[in-house]
Amino acid sequence: MTALPVPEVPHLREAEAFWSGIAAGEFLLERCRGCGAVVWYPRGFCPSCGSSDVTLEPASGEGTVYSFSVVHRGAGEYRGCEPYVVAYVELDEGPRILTNVVGGDPDSLVIGARVRMVFERGPDGSALYRFTTV
Amino acid sequence: MTEADRGAYIAGVFEHPRREIPELSTPRIHAEVAFGALADAGLDRSDIDGYLCDGSQNFRPVAFGVLSMAEYLGLECTYLDSTETGGSAPVVQVAHAAAAIAAGKCQAALVTSAGRPRSAPTSFERGSPEGSYEDVWGMSGAVTGYALSAQRHMHEFGTTSAQLAEVKVAASLHAQHNPNAFLRDVVSVEEVLESPMVSSPLHRLDCCVVTDGGGACIVVSGAVARKLSRPCVRVMGAGEAVRHSDLGRLSLTSTAAAVSGPMAFAAAGVSPRDIDYVSLYDSFTITVIETIEDLGFCEKGEGGRFVMDGALVAPHGRLPFNTDGGGMCNNHPGNRGGITKVVEAVRQLRSEAFPAVQVPDCGLALVNGTGGNIGTRMASATLILGRGDA
Ligand SMILES: [Zn+2]
Repeated sequence: MTALPVPEVPHLREAEAFWSGIAAGEFLLERCRGCGAVVWYPRGFCPSCGSSDVTLEPASGEGTVYSFSVVHRGAGEYRGCEPYVVAYVELDEGPRILTNVVGGDPDSLVIGARVRMVFERGPDGSALYRFTTV
Repeated sequence: MTEADRGAYIAGVFEHPRREIPELSTPRIHAEVAFGALADAGLDRSDIDGYLCDGSQNFRPVAFGVLSMAEYLGLECTYLDSTETGGSAPVVQVAHAAAAIAAGKCQAALVTSAGRPRSAPTSFERGSPEGSYEDVWGMSGAVTGYALSAQRHMHEFGTTSAQLAEVKVAASLHAQHNPNAFLRDVVSVEEVLESPMVSSPLHRLDCCVVTDGGGACIVVSGAVARKLSRPCVRVMGAGEAVRHSDLGRLSLTSTAAAVSGPMAFAAAGVSPRDIDYVSLYDSFTITVIETIEDLGFCEKGEGGRFVMDGALVAPHGRLPFNTDGGGMCNNHPGNRGGITKVVEAVRQLRSEAFPAVQVPDCGLALVNGTGGNIGTRMASATLILGRGDA
């Protein structure tokens, strides 16, 4: 498997702290201080209760594969990297997030596999969170 | 019902007090004015079940403005409107909201409008709020989202690739009779399974065709309809709903048809067993499997087994579907196949389908549209159409 690209990630200004965390190698989950809900994706307020009193807290970085697809026809800058895995990982904190599972044999991946977050960096300072099986 | 019971009223308004807002994104301004109007009306956000905003955010890469915004605001809606008429859009949308309320489609509809042209736009000013978390992983167009749903459906319910393939096979059996169909060759389950894998577990032949084209539909009042000589089709019931990622608690194995379907059935006063023909949005084979379940034609998880014995094949299957060949084989114009679903249902109810696939005595049809992506966020719309004069 070819190394996957690490594209620049444009984001809304309310997610600046989240993406600064990714650049620093830390995955921060937004949690509402009003109702306790974990808010994925981060947006600076809580859609569960309407509160703006949300905080970012470090996540465990551990999770389970909820679903996945082995892509054989990559798009854009992923063309030429096939086969690679796009997955939903269910974080131990609850949210199911889209990501890549890297570093293993795509054909041996199964739903329910335990995975751990890794950070990958591009040449121009871009950074992404991905997962490897444990 | 008195005259006043059918009316609609404006309960709350809010104007953002500021005229220069450099530090907030456009979606966040929508959120602020939404909360302001709710406070003015004395309503809670959970009271809101209709949402209207225009598409001027022009979110990239796909302008699902109102769908992205419904998720962003955490709204559970059964009525959406993204009418785009420039500056008059919010006015039009207030009228639409009033009509929707009079029709019982929603009880409290929110209209928002926002933008920040004074402040220099950032490079991502027109990006959708969820895009940062979805557009960077190499999803192979729409197919990977549906593939994630299919994989999970297989895991939870034992659905197989061969069962998914039955959807394509049935569509191809219909398309052979349609001289206009993009693909007219009958295919077998084996041919579907042997076609190239695009994004596992979906093969090339699990995907709809890519075609140019379009379609149209004219809806008229009963008074107008009575003056027409062509046989008319009654709109007996309708429903629409959204299923989004819900703060990361998304379900990959159900669609919003589980909400829009029952709404449409209730409005029409019929049930799934009364339906003679279905037009089901068939962007991918898994779309049809999940939709059959969500509409109540079988239990959740049984869709794969339901289609195994030719149930979808016209004219004599238990649930004849997409007799034009559907998006699988006939047409998916502009990557948006909804209009073709309406057109074929009307043909069936007028007994104007191709003879080999005309459902005998077709009196009641269901149309289901699936927009967005079932692997992330999607909106369903269900129509129940009946044969007969107005
Ligand atoms: Zn909250």
